[in-house]
Amino acid sequence: MTDGPAIDARDLTRRFGGFVAVDRITFDVRAGEVFGFLGANGAGKTTAIRMLTGLLAPSSGTARVAGHDVLTEAERVKRAIGYMSQRFSLYEDLTVRENIALYGGIYDLDDRAIRERTDRMLHRLGLEQEADAFVRAIPLGWRQKLAFSVALLHEPRIVFLDEPTSGVDPITRRQFWELIYEAAAAGTTVLVTTHYMDEAEYCDRISIMVAGRIGALGTPGELKQQYGVPTIDDLFVRLARPGA
Amino acid sequence: MSAAPAVDAERIEKRFGATVALAGLTFHVDAGELFGFVGPDGGGKTTLFRILATLMLPDGGRARVLGADVVADLWSLRPRIGYMPGRFSLYPDLSVRENLGFFASVFGTTIEHERGRIAPIYSQLEPFADRRAGALSGGMKQKLALCCALVHRPEILFLDEPTTGVDAVSRREFWDLLGELKRGGLTIVVSTPYMDEATRCDRVALIQRGRLLAVDTPARIAASFDRPLLAVHVADRYRALLALRDAPRAQAVYPFGESLRYADSRADVGVDAAAADVRAWLASHGISDARVEPATPTVEDVFIARMGAPAAHEPSAGGSDHR
Repeated sequence: MTDGPAIDARDLTRRFGGFVAVDRITFDVRAGEVFGFLGANGAGKTTAIRMLTGLLAPSSGTARVAGHDVLTEAERVKRAIGYMSQRFSLYEDLTVRENIALYGGIYDLDDRAIRERTDRMLHRLGLEQEADAFVRAIPLGWRQKLAFSVALLHEPRIVFLDEPTSGVDPITRRQFWELIYEAAAAGTTVLVTTHYMDEAEYCDRISIMVAGRIGALGTPGELKQQYGVPTIDDLFVRLARPGA
Repeated sequence: MSAAPAVDAERIEKRFGATVALAGLTFHVDAGELFGFVGPDGGGKTTLFRILATLMLPDGGRARVLGADVVADLWSLRPRIGYMPGRFSLYPDLSVRENLGFFASVFGTTIEHERGRIAPIYSQLEPFADRRAGALSGGMKQKLALCCALVHRPEILFLDEPTTGVDAVSRREFWDLLGELKRGGLTIVVSTPYMDEATRCDRVALIQRGRLLAVDTPARIAASFDRPLLAVHVADRYRALLALRDAPRAQAVYPFGESLRYADSRADVGVDAAAADVRAWLASHGISDARVEPATPTVEDVFIARMGAPAAHEPSAGGSDHR
């Protein structure tokens, strides 16, 4: 464990044939920060996240995540991080309890740790009564909160959230953000992508990717001042579609 | 344009086993209107859209779309309706042109014949005409789905969360297209989880647990907020949020863009008095940098006020998503 940045990317690049999906991006994410990783569909966010989570080798450049190199220490990176996306997080045909046990097993937790953490999690989420319900039978908002907690089950230093609130109503989205704040207050670093620009305002810092590069980086307040726009939504539209 | 409503629904009911998905909905949509449904997941939006699009039978009540009964007149009505389901439902292995051509042929027409109607959208898709639909970006997929829903010249469109998962710029472009279609006289019924989109509708219905809580223009819904509402600007938002939750007069406290929103529980207290209370409460909790000012209520604030408390603490109350 080091005191360095949670994520430190230097000239990180990924090409697919002649197409440069991620083009020399350099940024860091501080420990305990909530970092919003924004960009239009196709701007390169997903490719960058796949590299930062050790799932895709960079073409050039480097990135260290939780102090480990994503290329040479990919397996250590995977153990140090949690990951959640809207789509592929929980198994709908397993119960709530079975999902938690499955992920606990994947991360090498012993039975006792799994039992203890399961009870704690169910209690905290108020899901004790749903413990033996199939995940497909509980509402989407609760599934997402469960998925987030499962991503934190092995107590990772950093959690990657890929559009965690996509398609969710305003109340559930805010409940989800309170979980993010809570995790960050407890020291977990959070990197989150979203298409809701009001959520971008909730982040400590944000970056906006445009055509494979980082087009803007800073606190929401700094960026709005720098570009003279009232909201991040306005900034996003200006950067993501120049001339639009 | 006829004076008859485009949608006329009376006490529509639908149950799935013990779950009541729709508990007797009565509303109408005027011809040429852009009408939005907003509500939590599992609130009944998708079930309602399926019934109105003649894809599911109601258990009770009746609905007329374009003057035709959605059950009795099913076959004459269906070609007059365009429906875009919430889940991407085109053929990912067919190209853009093949998908569109297929949907045109189902309704006995061709892309060329319908070019005039679909031109504003198809012109954006044409550069990718030979690309597989599965390889399109999220925004382009939705434009193609809209194009496929329009290719047979329907008189009304039902769009179930057409912009979910689509980036902010593509969403704007999509809604600009809807505005253009509306100006061309089309009636559009749309559901969305995005409150900024709800405000682009002529009228909005708030739906929760199969019931309508409000049906009105966005401006009148926003104006119906009847308590002091404050914006709290503070450096440590999470700490302030937790502190304000415990404030004796707090009805709801939630993040809202760059600030926190604080809704007071008292209808009979002025906004300045409420603001003074909030400042004092924060100061007594060691938070002295807060700027507290009156906030203008939005549709989103009303949504949270009306739907917030009960659903939040009952995991099973929302029912399952029937997609």
